[in-house]
Amino acid sequence: MNKLNKSAFLAALLSFPMLSQAASSTEQLQKEVDALKNQNKLMMERIEASIDMMESKQSSKGHGSKGSNSIGGYGELHYNNLEGKGGASDKDEIDFHRFVLFFGHEFSDSIRFFSELELEHSIAGEGKAGEIELEQAYIEFDLSQTMRAKGGLFLIPVGIINETHEPNTFYGTERNPVEKNIVPATWWEAGAALSGEIAKGLSYDLALTSGLNLDSNNKIRDGRQKVAKARANSPMITGRLKYTAIPGLELATTVASIDDYTQGQSAKNSATMIEAHAVYTTGAFGLRALYASWDVDGKTSGYDEQSGWYIEPSYKISQKIGVFARYNQYDNQAGTGGPGNSEKQQTDVGMSYWPHEDVVIKVDYQTQDNDNNKDQNGVNIGIGYQF
Amino acid sequence: MAGFYRINTMKKHLYIFVLLLFVSSSVTARGIYQKPANFLDEVFNSKPPQANVIWLTGSIRTKATEILNHKPTRLRIRYWNNQQRTAWILEEIGKEKPITVGIVISNNKIEKVKVLVFRESRGDEIRHDFFTQQFKHARLNTNNQLDRSIDGISGATLSVRALTKLTRLALFLSTQIKQ
Repeated sequence: MNKLNKSAFLAALLSFPMLSQAASSTEQLQKEVDALKNQNKLMMERIEASIDMMESKQSSKGHGSKGSNSIGGYGELHYNNLEGKGGASDKDEIDFHRFVLFFGHEFSDSIRFFSELELEHSIAGEGKAGEIELEQAYIEFDLSQTMRAKGGLFLIPVGIINETHEPNTFYGTERNPVEKNIVPATWWEAGAALSGEIAKGLSYDLALTSGLNLDSNNKIRDGRQKVAKARANSPMITGRLKYTAIPGLELATTVASIDDYTQGQSAKNSATMIEAHAVYTTGAFGLRALYASWDVDGKTSGYDEQSGWYIEPSYKISQKIGVFARYNQYDNQAGTGGPGNSEKQQTDVGMSYWPHEDVVIKVDYQTQDNDNNKDQNGVNIGIGYQF
Repeated sequence: MAGFYRINTMKKHLYIFVLLLFVSSSVTARGIYQKPANFLDEVFNSKPPQANVIWLTGSIRTKATEILNHKPTRLRIRYWNNQQRTAWILEEIGKEKPITVGIVISNNKIEKVKVLVFRESRGDEIRHDFFTQQFKHARLNTNNQLDRSIDGISGATLSVRALTKLTRLALFLSTQIKQ
């Protein structure tokens, strides 16, 4: 027994350094585990902070931009194959009608800049078919949660397509002829504007801007000065009321008035426009209808009244395909002393295909029934995009 | 008719108008309708739970890309959940700038949609109840589309589209956190 105790004592004595060494190793391991845990925690914190910073930069920007700058754009290529009748010319033409770039900058949460630069018909310059146009360049100020003001060059608040005309947002390869020839879209001026809300879904716009120059032109569209060294003798005032309190429905009316459309070059004469429209979309069904009329004092040969209207029902067969029909009627010489055969009618039927929500391919067929019997009938095909 | 609208002192009005516009010293941001923290307080009776995170990786990222129609700009998204309710604060660009939206999902249905911050120049009508109420009780169908059609607002197409995508994303992500 004593012998056994002795042996055990001896064994314990011999193993003490080993146990001590094992305990020391465990302690060392624990320290290493703790260090690794701390390191891991630190790494996770750094990863989280990096992602937070990256995502905060990402979330503050617009498409394809850095920081507070934003860039966007749209464009449309058109092919027209029209047959002229009654003396009207044929049209067999392919044209990159519009190439547009948007540039914006946010100076602060409440002050921002927006611009739209457009190249029409591919090539601009002397003797070329196209032109470069600055269609928007303004600074917008938030005055309160329901009111904002802007100063600069901006689109007049009128009609359906004047402010929203990206090709994937409307039916028909070409923009409708009523807003083009009567409103006249696209219409921009320079000045200042106030916009705001009177009640939920009831908004207003009030603008004081440069105006038309119809001294040597008769048609409203030809009176646009495009803010290019524009005569500014007589400003124009424009007001719009818009109701959107029912989802899918927009009812709006605009009145624009200019005291002297000759811009001081001839005897003073005024012009006033009234426009009203309705847009209704519910489910797959859509309807657009618009009426616009100009009262131009002092003009002869029927140009003292220029008016038109259109109606456009549409139906989306699927998310990617929609069909439409549109009847347009307008007259730039509807007033006293007009030729009596200046009214124009055009019917369009066609479809749009959206392979992506921002890309559209359009095909439509137009038939004209103009009072002067000069008609252009045929097919229009287009491809457009926005980003 | 035209004479009715004549304004003889237009130039004077223009100068006053422009002066008012540019001298305005108390310019305030229009688009902040509710701070995200206040939205969470409102949803969870002033006691919002700890935020969780869902990573947009693998099949979740693929589905999120399909819903948004572009790659998500975030690697992961925070959410707050309490029993069967999850709250999400998501962002999506309308035309140029992100719209921040608070969405509450309850039992795989939308309980609440609120536009918290709107930074675009046009389309802010989407913040109103008459529009957002259309989303109430909406679910996802098998194609990750909403089970109902949302009537848009003319001139605010891109904002409506952004908001619809975010509701679909929140509904989809809420199904993923239970797995």
